Amino acid sequence: MGGAVNVRELVRDEPEQGLFRVHRSAMTSREVFELERERIFDRTWLYLAHESELPNPGDYRRRTIAGRPLFVARGKDGQVRAFLNSCTHRGAMVCRQDQGTAESFQCFYHGWTFNNRGELIGIPGQDAYTECFDRVERGLVHVPRLESYRGMHFVSFQPDIENLVSYLGGIRPYIDLTMDAVDMLGGWQMVPGSAKYSIRANWKLLVENSLDGYHLPTVHQTYIEYMDTRLEAVGSGRLLTQQRIAHGSDGISAGKGHGGFLHFATGRTIANSSPLWSEDARQAVSRIREELLARYGTERGTEMADRSRHLIVFPNLMFQDSHTGMRFRQLWPVAPDMVEVQQTDLVPRDESAELRAFRLEWSRAFLGPGGLATPDDVEALESCQAGFAARELEWSDMSRGMHREPQAVDEVQIRGFWREWQHQLGGRDAGSEVGDQAPRLAAHA
Amino acid sequence: MPDPLLRLQVEDFLYHEAALLDEWRLDEWLALFTEDCAYVVPTTDLPEGDPSRDAVFVDDNLERLQGRVTRLKSRHAHREYPYSRTRHLVTNVRLLKVSDDDIDAAASFVVYRLRSGQVAPYIGHYSYKLARLDGGLRIRCKRATLDLESLREHGAVSIIL
Repeated sequence: MGGAVNVRELVRDEPEQGLFRVHRSAMTSREVFELERERIFDRTWLYLAHESELPNPGDYRRRTIAGRPLFVARGKDGQVRAFLNSCTHRGAMVCRQDQGTAESFQCFYHGWTFNNRGELIGIPGQDAYTECFDRVERGLVHVPRLESYRGMHFVSFQPDIENLVSYLGGIRPYIDLTMDAVDMLGGWQMVPGSAKYSIRANWKLLVENSLDGYHLPTVHQTYIEYMDTRLEAVGSGRLLTQQRIAHGSDGISAGKGHGGFLHFATGRTIANSSPLWSEDARQAVSRIREELLARYGTERGTEMADRSRHLIVFPNLMFQDSHTGMRFRQLWPVAPDMVEVQQTDLVPRDESAELRAFRLEWSRAFLGPGGLATPDDVEALESCQAGFAARELEWSDMSRGMHREPQAVDEVQIRGFWREWQHQLGGRDAGSEVGDQAPRLAAHA
Repeated sequence: MPDPLLRLQVEDFLYHEAALLDEWRLDEWLALFTEDCAYVVPTTDLPEGDPSRDAVFVDDNLERLQGRVTRLKSRHAHREYPYSRTRHLVTNVRLLKVSDDDIDAAASFVVYRLRSGQVAPYIGHYSYKLARLDGGLRIRCKRATLDLESLREHGAVSIIL
């Protein structure tokens, strides 16, 4: 493109022709990368932590969010606070472990000490300061905004951003399905052990990939083969090959860049069994399913039980409740051609040990660095990024299903992301509210 | 004082295993395992991870290990087709516990993976439980614990460590 980047030129959205293209410099340009940092990541709500990570007063977790060292702590008073992890004296990080429980945090440089509510409670050699030195002012600095929705803590560096509930908007009903479904099992909790890995690709390629039902039969053929071989062995036929993902599926653009795809799936411990599971396990899943239908009615209960939800909370949280488990996958751009991924599974607190084992096995089989599927996604994204070096080929295409009722194998959810991306970067008047299809399932709001 | 000859036998076995992996002779490698085997790779942030309650990268029994090998032999295992070059370096071998049936052994490793212009070393340590069967050794359990803080250079654990 040369010179200053023109964001208006980066997306070609032509609904009347059913065509949608993205200029590949959006994935390679340093200027675009800097603009994203300034106009998206410094301004939106960003997922920080789950409530189950901070069950007790004093519990804390260290995080890096949009490049900032932070930590989040539950104070002695029970309140959760997010702090910039930098001593107000000279800058050293005051929280130096990834997680733990502490009454106070002492900076190791000169010994300033802060309690778990962020107040400065100790300065060695206090007598060296004048009366103008205000200890209260030198407490730990709070992240400008911290709000929670259904156990998920989010932060924003923009003080006057709209409230979180309003921000989540059209994606809330889908999040609610997953959160309500686990009420009878004590809510979700994070599993110890997370996947931290990097991909030599632009972060938006992983957004697209996480929202893409189209690539499953090609990229994940070996995973499908593995599962179908096991299913055949118990007389269930080649279920994954037969149950095409398009069957009963939806692609959704929920506004503000949020969206996802939904599809029928077996092997959901909440609540649609796999034929590979034991008789006891399948009965337990049936009971959960009956309870869901009784509590929430047939339509909503069935939606909770039978369909997998692969969602994005714009810009960088992938919220996945599928037959491969429930997880948060968060993406951090670290360079135009490098994304860091942090991925952690959640489990129902009161799920039986047997169902927990199936859940974790199903998750491992597909997802994660050691799974039979995720490594091939990594390969695909790195291959795309390498392909972008052929600069004479300027555009990538995301036109699938623009003129039909969107399915999971279509790209409406990806277009929704790109429209909002372009809007937030200042290159488009309206965001993803204007799309090729109105979001559906709105009745659940 | 453990028997040094037994340690040499274990070292020879581990070097043989490493060679099979580096030469992608995966069926022969799989045949080293017992029926009740386990192959485990914990996450980088929870080296002590227990697969029954924690998330781990890999927790294979024989059936899943067979599935992994079948996948890696397929031309549709895109991350490893064409095969990456690997070099398994196994060192600091110690016998921790020896009985008539089993040997618990520990070793350090660096596994280099080279592909697409990138070199990524997997650094860590092995815990083996080796079965003494028919005068030879088989693998009952292999746990490859990474010392890495994340898979920053690696993207995945797509090869067998």
